[in-house]
Amino acid sequence: MNSHTVKAFDNDIGRLRGLISQMGGLAEEAIAKAMQALTRNDLELADQVRAEDKRIDALEAEVERLAVQIIALRAPMAVDLREVVAALKIAGLVERIGDYAKNIAKRLPMIDGEHRIEPISILPAMGRMASDMVRQVLDAFAARDAEAAVRVCESDSALDDFYDSIFRTLVTFMVENPKTISQVAHLLFVAKNLERVGDHATNVAEMVYFAATGTQMTDRDRGGPQE
Amino acid sequence: MPKNLKMTARNVSVSYGSKLAINDVSIDVDQDEVTAFIGPSGCGKSTFLRTLNRMNDTVASAKVTGDIKLDGHDIYAPDMDVVQLRARVGMVFQKPNPFPKSIYENVAYGPRIHGLAGAKSDLDRIVEKSLRRAGLWDEVKDRLTDSGTALSGGQQQRLCIARAIAVDPEVILMDEPCSALDPIATAKIEELIHELRGRYAIVIVTHNMQQAARVSQKTAFFHLGTLVEYGNTSDIFTNPHEERTKDYITGRYG
Repeated sequence: MNSHTVKAFDNDIGRLRGLISQMGGLAEEAIAKAMQALTRNDLELADQVRAEDKRIDALEAEVERLAVQIIALRAPMAVDLREVVAALKIAGLVERIGDYAKNIAKRLPMIDGEHRIEPISILPAMGRMASDMVRQVLDAFAARDAEAAVRVCESDSALDDFYDSIFRTLVTFMVENPKTISQVAHLLFVAKNLERVGDHATNVAEMVYFAATGTQMTDRDRGGPQE
Repeated sequence: MPKNLKMTARNVSVSYGSKLAINDVSIDVDQDEVTAFIGPSGCGKSTFLRTLNRMNDTVASAKVTGDIKLDGHDIYAPDMDVVQLRARVGMVFQKPNPFPKSIYENVAYGPRIHGLAGAKSDLDRIVEKSLRRAGLWDEVKDRLTDSGTALSGGQQQRLCIARAIAVDPEVILMDEPCSALDPIATAKIEELIHELRGRYAIVIVTHNMQQAARVSQKTAFFHLGTLVEYGNTSDIFTNPHEERTKDYITGRYG
């Protein structure tokens, strides 16, 4: 993209994009750490995830402040306007992704680490899938790549399928081991959180697509049912 | 594209001597919409605006080709009465240019020479109606005999708009009507454009892109004498298609 005649405008947009990338990196890391804490029963790491969420929240506030400032002072138009609007929405979505990681970390003390329940072993793969989506959508954002954004949306159905299968597995496990119900219920929430991370990554992808193309992503774009 | 065409231009080119100022421009002006022309200095937007009521006739070296129609009639046809045309297609200029006469006379002059008012009472009525439509009546009704040039810049520009609408035009062309005005006077003119929309087809040339975005429904972007992009204002300012439009709108031009 050509640079603005007013250089400071480029700097503002660059800073805004940098903040989003920074938030995304932290959110992706938070998911990975939360899942690591879960599999290793590492309560200290879980505490760290909860503490670091504050940094994501602070960055979101910074994005909001800067976006409002750009709108007020630079009156962005066309692709610039779309970028600023998208940045505002993406910051909110990434902040929520961070919250899901924090929520996973918060559940750790309620899950007995001494007697490891077997279904924990299938959750890390789902965690990797969710954090991959977050990383891919942020790469798409950084590259302003609408096609990569579409691919992220397409991968969400695999995560949904994963969730459905984990749900059935966990319910079966609870039926067979009623004593573990309260713990496994927490695992169910962990899985649900990861599934929601995928939904939010999909929403981010839609904003990336909108910012890059100026149009809304349709079902046709993501290979869904044809009209 | 426009549903209710007031003016149509097809393959219009304008040259001043050997210099081509407008190259093959085709555009429609809708009766019920405000159409804005934007573009960098020298892009030809004012030149093109001036073809719409044959103001370029006054420039000896200017040559206009192509087809411009008002309600389907060729305005460059030999039988077209230019004075009548300019009454139907009025113009407001960049700098307010009231006659050095009273406020009343500024507005009454046009209707009088066009024979639109027989009796003094008719003329009074037209003057009041025009000043009201121009949003100036309340400010000047007690001093209609004062000189038009004694008004503030914003008031003078509204007086010029009142003068333009006094002859009951169908189209009003505005060439940078707010560039000499402060933000408050500018806002009043913009509000006025909003009020006048529907009653007159309005075409406005402006350097202020925000103004084009605020007042118009259609926007045309000119560059180097060509029409680069023309479409709904909301599309042009959120999702322009042409690379040159994108660069200009977002301040990346040049």
